[in-house]
Amino acid sequence: MDGFLTLLYKEVLRFWKVSFQTVAAPILTALLFLLIFSHVLEKHVRVYENVSYTSFLVPGLGMMSLLQNAFANSSSSLIQSKVTGNIIFMLLPPISYAQFFAAFVLAAIARGIVVGLGVLLATVWLVDLSWQAPLWILVFALLGGAIMGALGVIAGIWADKFDQLAAFQNFIIMPLTFLSGVFYSIHSLPPFWQQVSHFNPIFYMIDGFRYGFFGVSDVSPLTSLAVVAGCFVALTAFTLWLLRIGYKLRA
Amino acid sequence: MGPAIRIEGVTKRFGSVQALDGIDLDVSEGEFFGLLGPNGAGKTTLISALAGLVRPDAGRLAVMGHDVVSDYRAARRQLGVVPQELVFDPFFTVRETLRIQSGYFGIRDNGAWIDEILANLDLTAKADTNMRQLSGGMKRRVLVAQALVHRPPVIVLDEPTAGVDVELRQGLWAFIRRLNRDGHTIVLTTHYLEEAESLCGRIAMLKQGRIVALDTTANLLRRFSGHTLRLRLADGAALPEPLKARVVGDSGNALAFSLERCEEIEDILHALRGSGCRIDDIEVGKPDLEEVFVRVMNRT
Repeated sequence: MDGFLTLLYKEVLRFWKVSFQTVAAPILTALLFLLIFSHVLEKHVRVYENVSYTSFLVPGLGMMSLLQNAFANSSSSLIQSKVTGNIIFMLLPPISYAQFFAAFVLAAIARGIVVGLGVLLATVWLVDLSWQAPLWILVFALLGGAIMGALGVIAGIWADKFDQLAAFQNFIIMPLTFLSGVFYSIHSLPPFWQQVSHFNPIFYMIDGFRYGFFGVSDVSPLTSLAVVAGCFVALTAFTLWLLRIGYKLRA
Repeated sequence: MGPAIRIEGVTKRFGSVQALDGIDLDVSEGEFFGLLGPNGAGKTTLISALAGLVRPDAGRLAVMGHDVVSDYRAARRQLGVVPQELVFDPFFTVRETLRIQSGYFGIRDNGAWIDEILANLDLTAKADTNMRQLSGGMKRRVLVAQALVHRPPVIVLDEPTAGVDVELRQGLWAFIRRLNRDGHTIVLTTHYLEEAESLCGRIAMLKQGRIVALDTTANLLRRFSGHTLRLRLADGAALPEPLKARVVGDSGNALAFSLERCEEIEDILHALRGSGCRIDDIEVGKPDLEEVFVRVMNRT
C-alpha cells in the first residue's frame, strides 16, 4: 500500500512543482476561450432556455480543461520517465501493475480536478450557474478524469518519443475534446454530424457534467453515465493488460 | 537455506541476437561476486532479468529463494540494483529522491538510514540540492544510495564506478566492502579489472550470452595467469639455447618468461649466469586478472 501511496504522492508533487505550467497556464487558456467566445457569441447564441451562452460555456470549458490536463499528466510523466530512463526507479520496487495504474490515474484526476476547479472558481462570479445536481458533476468529473488519465497511461507507454505523444494529443485528444459540444449543443449541428458526435465518448462526459449544472442536457444523463462508465471499465481493463504483459516497459 | 541468487537455464533473444544462451549460476549469501565480459556479452541483460526489467524466454531466476516472476514483489524487496545508465528524476532533490524511493519499498520513516547512506557516500552537503545540479559522479552516488534505501540483502552494481574519480571510487568501495562484511551479497560488473580482482571472491566471465569461466578469483589467476619474469640483457649478450624455447615475449632487448612457479626464476638466472650473460634490468610481474580475461576470451 505504501508503494502505491508514494507513487501517487510523487506524481502529484511532480505537477505541483511546476504548477505555473500545469495548473495556472491551462486555467488562463480556458479564461481566454471564455472571454473571446462569450464576447463574440453571447448575443447571438442561446442553447437552452433560461441559460445564457456564457453560462452554458463555463462548465464545458471547465470539463474540457479537466480532461485535457488529466491526459497530459499521466502521458507526459510516463514519456519523460521513459525518455530520461528514470522509469527504472518505478519498475524496480515491489509495486504491482494495478497499483502503478491506480497511482497514475488518481494523480491525473487530481490535476484535472485542480485545473477544472480553477476554471470554475475564476469564472463562477461572472455567470449564473445553478448547480442543479452536484453529485452528477462529481461523478462525471471523476470518471472523465479517470478515462483521460488511463488514455494518458496508454499513450505514455506506447509513445517512444515526444513527437509520437504530441501526435496522439493533437490528432486524437484535441479534436475529440473540441468537437464534443463544449462550445455548442450538438442539436445545432446537421443530422449527420449529430450522429457522428454520438460516437465521441467525450461528448457524453461534457453533456453529463453540464447536466449537473443546469438540469438539462442533449442526451439523458443516465445514457451518458452508461457510456462513460463503460469506457472507463474497457480502458481500465486494456491498460491493466498492457501493464501486466509489460508492453514497452519490461522487455 | 538456498543461495542468494539462483539462475537456471536462462535464455533471452532480442531479434537475431542471442543475449543470454543458457545461463546457470548460483551466488551464495555473503559473496562478493564479479560478472565480467566484453560489451554485449549479456551482463546487463542478466542483471535486468534478475531485476524483472527483462523477461527471459526460458529458465528461471530467484533472489533469496523468491522467483522473480511468480513471486516478484518479494524478490524485488530483497534486491537493490545500481543501473549502468546515469538516470535521475529532475523534479526532485537528493533527499526527496531517496525518501520517494524508500516509500516505493513501503518504508515510511527512513530518515536515519538515509542520513547514514548520504554520509557514507559523501552526499550530506548535497542532500537538499536538485538532482539536475549534481555532477556526474554525484549522480552516480545517488544511484547507489537509491539501491540501498531498503537495505536489500542482495546488491547488484552494474558498472558503478564509470565516471567516478579515484578518491570517490575508493570511498564507494570502502562502503560496499562494509556492507559485504555486514552480510550483504554483492554482485558487481565492471570494466576495471583491477577492481574486480581486489574485491571479488568469485568471478564469472560471460561471452556472447554464455558463461565461459566461473571460479574463485584465486583459482582463475592460478589457472590462466602466472608470474612473468622480464629481463633486459646487456648489449651483445646471447641467450643460451635451452632458454630460447621458454621466451613468451620479445620486444628488442626485453625478454619475457612465463613462470608456473616462482622457483623457476632461480633456474633461469642460473642458466644465464652459467653462459656468462649479463643482465641490465630485471622485473617480476604478478598474475593479474586482465591477463586471465584476455586468455579466457581468446580461448573461447
